[in-house]
Amino acid sequence: MSAGQTSPDLVRLKNVTMHYGRGSSAVKAIDDVTLDIRKGEVIAVVGPSGCGKSSLMKLISGLHMASAGSVTVEGAPVKGPLKSVGMAFQSSNLLPWRTIVDNVLLPLEIVEPHRSRIRRERKTYRTRAEDLLAQVGLGGFTEKFPWQLSGGMQQRTSICRALVHEPEILMLDEPFGALDAFTREELWCTLRDIQQKRGVTVMLVTHDLREAVFLADTVYVMSNRPGRIVKRQEITLPRPRDLEVTYTQPFQDLVHELRSLIGGAH
Amino acid sequence: MHMKNAAITVVAPIVFTVALFALWEAACKLLALPITVLPAPTDIWAAFRQFQKPIIENSLVTLVNTMIGFAIAVVFGLLLGIAVGWHRAIYAAIYPVLIGFNSVPKVAVVPVLILWFGIGAIPAIITAFLISFFPIVVNVATGLATTEPELEDVLRALGASKLDIMRKVGIPRSLPYFFGSLKVAVTLAFVGAVVSETVGSNKGIGFLMLSAQANFQVPLVFAGLMALAVEGIVLYAITAAIEMRFTGWAFRGQQR
Repeated sequence: MSAGQTSPDLVRLKNVTMHYGRGSSAVKAIDDVTLDIRKGEVIAVVGPSGCGKSSLMKLISGLHMASAGSVTVEGAPVKGPLKSVGMAFQSSNLLPWRTIVDNVLLPLEIVEPHRSRIRRERKTYRTRAEDLLAQVGLGGFTEKFPWQLSGGMQQRTSICRALVHEPEILMLDEPFGALDAFTREELWCTLRDIQQKRGVTVMLVTHDLREAVFLADTVYVMSNRPGRIVKRQEITLPRPRDLEVTYTQPFQDLVHELRSLIGGAH
Repeated sequence: MHMKNAAITVVAPIVFTVALFALWEAACKLLALPITVLPAPTDIWAAFRQFQKPIIENSLVTLVNTMIGFAIAVVFGLLLGIAVGWHRAIYAAIYPVLIGFNSVPKVAVVPVLILWFGIGAIPAIITAFLISFFPIVVNVATGLATTEPELEDVLRALGASKLDIMRKVGIPRSLPYFFGSLKVAVTLAFVGAVVSETVGSNKGIGFLMLSAQANFQVPLVFAGLMALAVEGIVLYAITAAIEMRFTGWAFRGQQR
């Protein structure tokens, strides 16, 4: 967001390297990555598959530690799982034995201070989850079970679940990858609106360049494994962006340029 | 459509069962098989009427032994299954012994049990337990081990402990596996109790059949077998109903 330009950095990665495994069998997933994410910024990380996009996400959320360099969130070094993170993945991973609204409430049963309150104030929290679901167009579906919903609706639920505890950072790992093209574009708009409304910081991992350019303020292009950042591209297209923008020349040019930076046959 | 489904699920098994018995009866009569080789269903029924009281009494003894052994197996199997599913190290440590133990035919263990506890209900209960806990352990552990890693990430990123993940995801997730294993386990427990009674006991349907066999009362042996089959079906049906009640969400495909 343009208004966010002056906001302080929320996440700061400095010369970060990360390995999976130890000793001689260790695989380097990320190599010397430096990047900053401002509060309220939407960044997209794109790159060929297996380039360490998801590893970057694990690093920032504290699920995996860096082997060199520093990762700080709000000025403090990341030492373990950050509670101020919400995550959603390509598969919605909803619990089939819970209704939609109960699925959304799940994080509140785990994160303090909600955890100790939710039993007594279930009703208040329920209303909160229902409001959130209504914002993504699932108002009438709160009492349904996940399997009764379409893939796109399940994904909306998954995003609500990631947002319900009001995290600082929303991490999305190819969240729309399994959806058809029309549903995907619909969900781009849902995400755009809800991000604008809440001002949440978003880190979007994707291999869809149009998605990245449409949603992000800054796009990072990563190289093949071990992942390095080969390009940092600011997207200055004016906001709010409409789906129409994807058919304009500046948009196409940006997508084209980013495409040329990613390897593979053309 | 609904009526047609009901007709299939109710009528089909009845027709099949009746046809099976009719065929049996006809074969016995047409081939003039001696009653000491294969009694016809009508002979078995006559034996059942004649020995109604001892059959029912001994069936109840077997049923009680089965249920006690099964109950112990459920508690033990559940706890061990959670332990095995909790951590890879526990899994690795316990599994070989568990498989070895399960491979030993339980009928070979009964003499040892009789040696320890004497003739009576206790060897039957223990055999029922020993034979039936294994599928419960394996199923619960499988259910826990197949939790989606991404879902675990979602929760771990929120600061969830291992216990939280187990309570919110692992255990509910493994319930269909658990209840599914109960159907298998309850029939096995029944087998275990009867095997133990047949080897050495003074009560129970296994004991009754052994005595009948010694006296060459073949129709009574078959009446005992029938009683076992009926009890087995009832036990299976009860656990299946409990399964449906608690984990209906896992059967959504069939409910539609």
